[in-house]
Amino acid sequence: MIEGIPMQHFLIVSTLMFFIGVYGFLVRRNLITILMSIELILNAVCINFVVFNKYLFPHMLQGYMFMIFIVAIAAAEAAVAIAIIINLYRRYNSINVENVNTMKN
Amino acid sequence: MNVIVFYLLSAVILLCAILSVTTRKILRAATYLLFVLISTAGLYFLLNLFFLGAVQLMLYAGGIVVLIVFSILLTHNIDHKFESLELKKKIFTGLATAIGALVCLLAINQTTFTKTQSPAISTDVHQFGLELLSYGNYGYVLPFEVISILLLAAMVAAIMIAKK
Repeated sequence: MIEGIPMQHFLIVSTLMFFIGVYGFLVRRNLITILMSIELILNAVCINFVVFNKYLFPHMLQGYMFMIFIVAIAAAEAAVAIAIIINLYRRYNSINVENVNTMKN
Repeated sequence: MNVIVFYLLSAVILLCAILSVTTRKILRAATYLLFVLISTAGLYFLLNLFFLGAVQLMLYAGGIVVLIVFSILLTHNIDHKFESLELKKKIFTGLATAIGALVCLLAINQTTFTKTQSPAISTDVHQFGLELLSYGNYGYVLPFEVISILLLAAMVAAIMIAKK
């Protein structure tokens, strides 16, 4: 139930989570940890969609639907990204971003 | 009671998110990410959205994290440790993201949100299923079909890339 919890507190949590994800995206040097930071960012956005829908527009389902679509897109993105990462590892034996600087065959 | 649960879940989310982007062992980072995603599912359950909580648990916590752990085990030695970052980089990146977060928090603080007065709709699985496949006004059958094509394309692409 949502009595006693203001909407702003949810938004504060998701904002902080978003920027923690941005921090990880900027400082990490490993492709898998960068992918994990992206998951954090997407998760924060999901919380925002759901909370706005729940608190401000309870007669609609749009935010919930967007959350489901974001999760599906995140799953597709993770599958493709991990295929690329494994391919890069086979070719360069490392998945640090500074070692992978050519896209040519 | 639910207020206490909310603040507990928020504390777990923020703490594990920070640990997930700062820890030097990659498998631990994945585990902290799992804790963040499970606590987010807890937030959805707290909001009485049981279907979304289940989706979060199954797809994020059950699917994506397992995929990430698989790829970690395929590409890393378990004992591998990242070298520590230089302090200057940490400070400047932290400062930039802190400024961004501060601006967003100020904007949230300044805005007044107005609630609509319409009666609430039910949010059980039945209602979701009806809306997802309805082609009337505000139906979601088109995005549903598009996302199924996207998932198919992603699956084919993942097989193609990994096979080479």
